[in-house]
Formats: sequence, C-alpha cells, structure tokens
Amino acid sequence: MLELALHILDIAENSVRAGAKTVFIDITEDRMRDRLEIEIRDDGAGMDEATLKKAMDPFYTSKKVRRVGLGLPMLAEAAERAGGSFTIESRKGMGTRVAVGFQLSHIDRQPLGDLSGAFMVLLAGNADVDFVCRHQCGGRVFTLDTREIRKEIGDIPLNHMEVLKFIRQYMMEGLNEIGTEARISHHFEGGYDT
Amino acid sequence: MAKLKIEDLKKIKEMVHAETALRDGFKRVKVTVHMGTCGIASGAKEVMDSLMSEIEEAAVSDVMVTTSGCMGLCSREPLVTVEIIDQEPIKYEYVNPNKMRQIFKRHILEGEIQTPFVLARGAEVVK
Repeated sequence: MLELALHILDIAENSVRAGAKTVFIDITEDRMRDRLEIEIRDDGAGMDEATLKKAMDPFYTSKKVRRVGLGLPMLAEAAERAGGSFTIESRKGMGTRVAVGFQLSHIDRQPLGDLSGAFMVLLAGNADVDFVCRHQCGGRVFTLDTREIRKEIGDIPLNHMEVLKFIRQYMMEGLNEIGTEARISHHFEGGYDT
Repeated sequence: MAKLKIEDLKKIKEMVHAETALRDGFKRVKVTVHMGTCGIASGAKEVMDSLMSEIEEAAVSDVMVTTSGCMGLCSREPLVTVEIIDQEPIKYEYVNPNKMRQIFKRHILEGEIQTPFVLARGAEVVK
C-alpha cells in the first residue's frame, strides 16, 4: 500500500467487519512537532487479550478464506519505517482503537493520498455504518459526521450517488481549506468554476 | 461557486425524491468491488474511482455500487462482480481503471460480457 489513505480505508473496513455502528477517524498533521498522527476507533465487537496479541501476527486472521492477515502488520511497518509508533487497544464487547504516529518530514513516510476518495469508498460499501472524520492541520479543523448528513437526507441512503458526490466535494473543499497535504483530485478542480 | 454546506443536502434530497418518484428507484445492476486488504493493495480503490466517474458521466441511476471483503483469491485482485438482474453474476479478475471502463460501457450498459477478463460465473460462498 502506497498511501496512508488506503491504510485508513483498510483498517476502517476491519471496524465495519467487527460490527461497529460508528467509526471515528482522527488525523492530525502537526508541523510544529513534526508529527502525523492517525487514530481509528470503533464500537465494534473488540478482541479479548489472547486475540489482540495475535492480531499483529501476519499469519493470523479471523477470516476462513485465506491464511494471512496483513492489514495491521503493514500499517505498523509503515509507521516503523518512518520514525513512528503504533498502538492497538481493544476490549471484548467495547471496541478497538488503533493509533499510529509518523515523523511528518520523514523521507520514508507515505503520503496521505486521496483521503476523500478513500472515505467515499468506505461510505459506498457501508451505508448503514456512521463515520466521524476529524482532520486537524496547523490548528485548523475539518470535521465530517455522517450522522449529521443522515439527518438532512432523511430516507435517502448514504450511498446514493448524488449524496456521495456531494460528500466528496464537501470534504475536498474542507480539506483544502485547512491546508492539508492530502491530495485534492483533478476531478474536483475540473468540476469547479470559481 | 459558494462553499458547500451540509444544509445543501436538502436540495439533493428533493432532487432524488423527484427522480425516485419517476422511476421507482429501480436498480438494474449491482456492481461489487472487492475491498479487502489484498484488493486495496492491488488498486481496488482506483477501480472504484473510475467506476464512479463512469456512472456519473453516463448519468445512469439504475446502477448500484457496493464493496465487499476478501474472498480468498488475493492473487487475482482487483476483483469486480457484476450482477445484472435475472442473470448470473460475473466475476472479473485483474481489473484496472481501463478494464473497469470497458466493463462498464460494454457489459453494464450494453449487456455484452467481457470474456477476456472473466474469472468465473456465479456467486462465491461467503466466508
């Protein structure tokens, strides 16, 4: 995986598979401290201590269709490579929290990449789960809460194409405004006349 | 153009309601992009992006897009399943944005299965 956005997508899919109702994604770009921090927490099934210990083993997975589980180990490795840290906490029945830190300026740190795109993929496939995304950059914050969106759209599903299009535009505007390094796609630039 | 606000969704809601009243919200095709770790790592997100922009460009409202997990054939990712109503599901292997566009135009819109990219017919037994 070449972008942190893809890692986030992957870990959040784990949350969904653990039956989470709400998934929180926090991203902090802190240039003063030269840190990039990402936290994903959910209210899913969680893991007991024994499972949690095995979770970081690339040859452990809860799935039956294959014998490897690389999502978490790859993220941990990406952090390790870039002067970072990795923590995972979980309580059975309470949920799981994954937190990774990176040295922001480290040459081997992967770029954030297409965050709004990853978020849209997440919504398209999991319309019944809520996502709360909080992105902080240089003291400015952008938040996107699908619970608020649901209130506005009523009976229209969250993964309706028009709604997804809106969310993507909204997110790109918001991320652009806080000065993130995340990629703002051409799709957005082309589709907009100011 | 003015900055978007969450309240702007009201307009979208009205628009979608008007459209649904006209067409019954009928979905003719369901497209599943497999989004496990393996799929994501081999480019499933880019495939999904191209599918979304094709749908937008063609302005069709009867195609539904969703994602699923890994089905155990990681080496053939990215995988895409196309299910046209009353037809057997078709699984495509090694999909990339270009193949996705071709599958969308030829199979999803015109009903012609793109045999060179097909992995299998039928649904997998999940998990």
